[in-house]
Amino acid sequence: MEYSIKVSNLVKKYGSFIAVDGISFEVKKGEIFGFLGPNGAGKTTTVHTLTTIIEKTSGDAFVAGYDVSKYKEQVRDRIGIVFQDPSLDDRLTGYENLDFHAMVYGLAKGEREERISELLDMVELKDKANLLISKYSGGMRRRLEIARGLLNRPEVLFLDEPTIGLDVQTRRHILDYVKSLKEKYNMTVLITTHYIEEADYICDRVAIIDKGKIVVCDTPKNLKKGLEGDVIIAKLHNKDNAMKLANKINKEHIAKSTKISNNILYTYVKDASSILPKFMNIASKEGISIENIEMRNPSLEDVFIHYTGKSIRDEEGSGNESMREIVMRRMR
Amino acid sequence: MNKDIAAVYMLWLRAMKRFIRSPSQIIGSVAMPFLFLIFLSAGFSSVKFPGMPSNVNYIDFLVPGILGMSMLFAATTAGISLLWDRQFGFLKEVMVAPVKRISIMLGRTFGGITTAFLQSVLLVIFAIFIGFHIGSILSLLIAFGFMILIGLAFVSIGLIIASIMTDMQGFGLILNLLIFPLFFLSGAIYPINVLPNVVRYITYINPLTYGIDGMRGAFLHASIFPIWFDALVLGIVALILISIGALAFSKAKITI
Repeated sequence: MEYSIKVSNLVKKYGSFIAVDGISFEVKKGEIFGFLGPNGAGKTTTVHTLTTIIEKTSGDAFVAGYDVSKYKEQVRDRIGIVFQDPSLDDRLTGYENLDFHAMVYGLAKGEREERISELLDMVELKDKANLLISKYSGGMRRRLEIARGLLNRPEVLFLDEPTIGLDVQTRRHILDYVKSLKEKYNMTVLITTHYIEEADYICDRVAIIDKGKIVVCDTPKNLKKGLEGDVIIAKLHNKDNAMKLANKINKEHIAKSTKISNNILYTYVKDASSILPKFMNIASKEGISIENIEMRNPSLEDVFIHYTGKSIRDEEGSGNESMREIVMRRMR
Repeated sequence: MNKDIAAVYMLWLRAMKRFIRSPSQIIGSVAMPFLFLIFLSAGFSSVKFPGMPSNVNYIDFLVPGILGMSMLFAATTAGISLLWDRQFGFLKEVMVAPVKRISIMLGRTFGGITTAFLQSVLLVIFAIFIGFHIGSILSLLIAFGFMILIGLAFVSIGLIIASIMTDMQGFGLILNLLIFPLFFLSGAIYPINVLPNVVRYITYINPLTYGIDGMRGAFLHASIFPIWFDALVLGIVALILISIGALAFSKAKITI
């Protein structure tokens, strides 16, 4: 089997803070591999290490067959990157941004024109090519960055949160491009995201990463299969109630397992329709009122909760990251 | 095309395009030295500085100083603009290209020098209108040479600062504590021999002093040092600064 990315025991420390804590994984050629995790889990640090932007602390990492620490230029030649933060020059036009990029990758004039035209078509920005980037919307900038990442026909494409801050429609649009790339060029794609439905939609395999470690890594289907049965999701008044109810349910042995995330209790069961009445009985006997209840097949979200013990959404909105994002976009 | 040469060319071309597209910035950066030129010459033209050749008009004496100032400000700012690229992410895009960092540094340096040079040439043209005498074409060419050397030195200083600095907070501080003293302690406005000894020695370690003195040698045939000596000192300093700049840039952080 041919691997496009091979990582073993990768560690990145910033002083005493361990951003990436000994992760190992392999990505096959032509595979779309997802990194799923909350902000600050170490996704971007890993991508920056693999794309030669930062030096790893220890471990081995090979991209397109080259050691990322020893053969930086060879690696850079063979990869395309779409960064999490904007990286276009907004005093240049869309065309110029692409043209300059292609120049640095050593493409001749004729070749540049041909590829730029092809990619502008693909990301549907042909009529905006001669507009300054400062006039582009967020979605247009993102699409142009994706086009730019593809100019050198990379063997491996890195997409770091490519859909962050975009509306649902544009998001879907971009994911569909990425899917079509794989089919068209047999390109390997490593995508990081904290949108679960995104990982589910696009990835062949997903690694759930939390606190710098890969918690689990498999196809979305297998990950969900691991949680065979259904999940009952009950929203309670507070965390104490959730814990009390979980205790009772565990004692009655009606569930395979339970997880609590804030005031929400996830109960994993074989068959929700037969368990739900019992569940409600226990709750009313304990005098715990339920605000809201739903049952469904486990989603990747449940998988995430199962493995990390928390909902990915808990981590959102808290960070300076989103604040910085806003400030940066304003300043442009 | 060789990737490294392409990178140098690309970064230079980018600097040119950005320059042409921001008329307000051009006006802004030419206006300040121009105002200095007008108001200083208006006030000081009747003053007789000791040590200034008697057959020299103050405006002819001042223009090389203001050209030095213009190069100093524009080149340092161009070097420091690396900070903006880091802030807005474009630096990442350039740094992950399969080229050597030295090519990126050279591209930025040439771009910075060219924009600073074009601004200063505009200034020369304005200066002619208010009574500056160029002398011969040769004088002008020699002065251009000095302007480019000043540009090299100070783009490098800007790059060194931007490579070491991690945020943009210190930018105003540097402007006030580095650029202005360099300007005032270069003999740009008055002959340095009117200064007290201690201060005069400081001007001798300021590379800008030699640039301005060299230009005065070219335009007025009245300089403290021989022109070749000015060129030699400034050239050596510029080379050293470029080397330090390359070193600092090779260790610079790519992300914020």
